[in-house]
Amino acid sequence: MPSVEKKEPLLQVKNLKKYYPIKKGVISRTVGYVKAVDDVSFDIYPGETMGLVGESGCGKSTTGRSLVRLEDPTAGQVLFQGKDLASISHNEMRKLRTDLQIIFQDPYSSLNPRKRVGDLLAEPLVAHKLATKSEADKKVNEILEIVGLSKQYKNRYPHQFSGGQRQRIGIARALMLHPKLIICDEPVSALDVSIQAQVLNLLKDLQKGLNLTYVFIAHGLGAVKYISDRITVMYLGKVMELATTREIFEHPKHPYTEILLNAYPIPNPHMRDRNQMVVEGDVPSPANPPKGCVFHTRCPFAKDICREKVPALTGKDHLVACHFPLEPVNA
Amino acid sequence: MSELLKVDKIKTEFQTEKGPVTSVDEVSFDLNEGETICLVGESGCGKSVTSLSIMHLLDRNGSVTQGSILFDGKDIAHAKEAEMRKIRGNDISMIFQEPMTSLNPVLTIGDQLTEGIKLHMKLSKNEARNYAIEMLKKVGIPRAEGIIDEYPHKLSGGMRQRVMIAMALSCRPKLLIADEPTTALDVTIQAQILKLMKNLREDSNTAIILITHDLGVVAEMADKVAVMYAGQVVEETDVYTLFDNPKHPYTLGLMKSIPHITNPDDMRLNSIPGSVPSVHNMPKGCRFYDRCPHAMKRCLEEKPELKPIEDKQAHSIRCFLYEKEEQEYETKHAEKEVSS
Repeated sequence: MPSVEKKEPLLQVKNLKKYYPIKKGVISRTVGYVKAVDDVSFDIYPGETMGLVGESGCGKSTTGRSLVRLEDPTAGQVLFQGKDLASISHNEMRKLRTDLQIIFQDPYSSLNPRKRVGDLLAEPLVAHKLATKSEADKKVNEILEIVGLSKQYKNRYPHQFSGGQRQRIGIARALMLHPKLIICDEPVSALDVSIQAQVLNLLKDLQKGLNLTYVFIAHGLGAVKYISDRITVMYLGKVMELATTREIFEHPKHPYTEILLNAYPIPNPHMRDRNQMVVEGDVPSPANPPKGCVFHTRCPFAKDICREKVPALTGKDHLVACHFPLEPVNA
Repeated sequence: MSELLKVDKIKTEFQTEKGPVTSVDEVSFDLNEGETICLVGESGCGKSVTSLSIMHLLDRNGSVTQGSILFDGKDIAHAKEAEMRKIRGNDISMIFQEPMTSLNPVLTIGDQLTEGIKLHMKLSKNEARNYAIEMLKKVGIPRAEGIIDEYPHKLSGGMRQRVMIAMALSCRPKLLIADEPTTALDVTIQAQILKLMKNLREDSNTAIILITHDLGVVAEMADKVAVMYAGQVVEETDVYTLFDNPKHPYTLGLMKSIPHITNPDDMRLNSIPGSVPSVHNMPKGCRFYDRCPHAMKRCLEEKPELKPIEDKQAHSIRCFLYEKEEQEYETKHAEKEVSS
């Protein structure tokens, strides 16, 4: 992706924060905040796939949802083609939603069980008053074919489909309005391995054919590596590292990235006795994150400064938030 | 090493409104003391039902209708409930996927942990408590003396799974069945739990049936592997042979469809087309027929048996492709394809 860097970013996330208040007592006093997303910034360029990875509770889904304003950010900006999604009116946002679509993790709960597939797919067109009934119908046929489903399926209900097929319907619905950016929130995590591959390949082909930009959220590093051009590694609401996929996997600079890559079981029994770096302890609660670097409680290299000072995200193309980033020689 | 468990051609059926449904069909494998076998396969392939059949934990409408399960030389496939109660939690114990739902939320960790210890090991209340604390320490739970009086909701997912492991291993079972023990956990926590299971296995010589869909976990843990598809074992061998030289088209497809972090950059994933056949409508011949790139005419009609290939006892597969005469079939089929 060498040409990508020269283009204008399609979406810019600037110091995004999302805090959820913790309320207690009879009068629901706010006693604290869960810092789900805490000061996250990144740019997304047209045609690329940005992978967001991290363990549960790291804020990757909240970040994704904030990008299409399914969450109202507490602070910060989300600039889509220069417009700040966080501050525009609902009406304007509604118009912009034709460009911004989202695919959800669970294909079982994200499709209305009482609507036929044809109606489910035509709904975005009808809601945005973009097509007459017959036009919408034609469009539904066209999109169904693109995602690899027969147009006869139009009159069926979601429960008549398997998980993989439902996820195809979810993808078809996101494509109905010809969006520019699609947020894929763990689109394959709920699917079986052999079906995952089908959906990942479909997403990849669609991107090429329709010039789409993806934000791909997942906790499975394999899938993220397969589809992403660049990767953002998150931990406890903060960005730990951001670089091209190759850099992340070949020269990880943040100890957390290194540990995450290492924790992954390798499907090769000859490598089972390798020296594995296993990190002790659990992820701390986002309601009470550690002072200083949020990873210091589990980091094998933590020093005094890590407990005191929050490391800034620095670097040009390969950004890392660590006081003592790993040297390429060690990595 | 002596043989601990021999599952021989078991068939598990469920009675439903639409008639009997066969969920597990002719599943066979055996396991020696201290050995780990992994059952791999996708959802609905019968791997969990197999383990529940061994434990007699099937729903009321399900039962093992054929075959035998020899545990320590005794057939437990049709054992009485009273006998099973002596075996469950004592000789065979089980860990489930969801540590959240498999612990009782209204009892303390200690109450749940000591129940089995008191029952099977005949220890007094105090002895059982001390023993339970010892077990918690063994599975790496910090402040075990305090945690024992806590309720499950106070613990994280990884900690709960450790408690489950402590509970399962407390009576020194000969066989541990772990049903997707790390699937609900984050990767860094998964690595911790797998490491713990490896260490405990070395200490105790417990045989393990590990059920998983993750071939990475298989490669880390297994001595041998049974690959399951649509209620049947389609390939069984030791873990090195399986990864170095997989034979069944389904195993091959599965291996190629995992996006892994060690894959080269531009490798396209190989996906298996179609989806698993429904239990209500199993194909007459090979169950992988619809999705198999090597499907032959014979596969549609005849049921392949699980057979060792080339007299090598250690590697069995359920496929016609590797029978000698069928090689000809295959070449004919390929020719036909080219000409059409």
